[in-house]
Amino acid sequence: MSSKSFLVVDDSKFVRHVACDILNKLGFETEQADDGDTALVACQAQMPDAILLDWNMPRVDGITFMRELRTVPGGTTPTILFCTANNDLEDVQTALMEGADEYIMKPFDEEIMRTKLEEVGLL
Amino acid sequence: MSVGDFEYFCDLIKDRSGIVLSPEKAYLVDNRLAPIARQYEHADVPELLRAIRTSRDEKLLREVTDALTTNESFFFRDKKPFDAFREVMLPHILETRASRRRLRIWCAACSSGQEPYSLAMILKDMGAAFDGWKIEIVATDISHAILDRAKEGVFSQFEVQRGLPAKMLIQNFEKHGDNWGIKPDIKSKIDFRFFNLLDNPRSLGVFDIVFCRNVLIYFDQSTKQTVLESIVSASEKDAFLVLGAAETMIGLTNAYERHPDRQGLYQIQHPKEAAA
Repeated sequence: MSSKSFLVVDDSKFVRHVACDILNKLGFETEQADDGDTALVACQAQMPDAILLDWNMPRVDGITFMRELRTVPGGTTPTILFCTANNDLEDVQTALMEGADEYIMKPFDEEIMRTKLEEVGLL
Repeated sequence: MSVGDFEYFCDLIKDRSGIVLSPEKAYLVDNRLAPIARQYEHADVPELLRAIRTSRDEKLLREVTDALTTNESFFFRDKKPFDAFREVMLPHILETRASRRRLRIWCAACSSGQEPYSLAMILKDMGAAFDGWKIEIVATDISHAILDRAKEGVFSQFEVQRGLPAKMLIQNFEKHGDNWGIKPDIKSKIDFRFFNLLDNPRSLGVFDIVFCRNVLIYFDQSTKQTVLESIVSASEKDAFLVLGAAETMIGLTNAYERHPDRQGLYQIQHPKEAAA
């Protein structure tokens, strides 16, 4: 059985590195993008099974990316986990209302990532 | 530390809590008791143990027992027991207690409260199914300090992310500075009480569902049997018992039947006699 694919979208190289390390360890194949614009191009080339998505990024932010992704062919299929430093109740509400499947508040670790992936059925 | 002091201390802790401390756990005793030794101005843990042996100071003994109680817990821990709660136990309760409309749940060794709060969130999520029911969740622990934390119901960002779905976070919590506090409607559903599992549970009443996960592993065989007998005595004739994934009843009691599909779920073997 082939591994599920994850697109990790974050403007921080360090966060992308940490997230990919954890996801690879948990058996996922990972690709990276550093903002919503690049992520959209990557998705149009090959739609991933899931996306780990930062909120605040230069050019196109996470919420705008998610709205645009959901309108492109196949764009409703990826499971989206927001992963952001925004940690107010209203932020979590907004992301879920806009169509995110789960929400991770930074900083995160392997345990948090694992339980969130179990929650959305990816593990 | 001297072998004599350590052995005396192990016997004392077993008498008070049932927890078995073998010689290889000396490191654990040292780690957990070092802050108390400093607090009471003893040079080190061996000196603290000598002081315990001579003084038998109740306040000190309580603090030491608290420190040795393992308090690892998180929301919806292991997920499967909570799926079984929603999909197996609650449907059975709805069917068999339809006229009585009363449900009593016991979380034995509830630690900082994540388990009983998780159950209360599931019951709230089920909405109208339990309208008009009297539901009690009794959550007990042997540590006064951890019970105070559980009653407070305030958790760090790290704690609310381990196992708690974001949807349940926004429904059931409010922000308290950098932390997250459980909302009063969930908090008020839990009756937190001090209880030692070695004591007679008569004062707690009789339960339909008992969660006693990852507790028996700290006890020796005879203490496990005593605790299970106590739980049976505090259970309805068709009550469910949930144990930890690594725990088993083999060789301990025949009172329960293991659920064929749900790991860690047991039910007392007299379902036909259950009062409706």
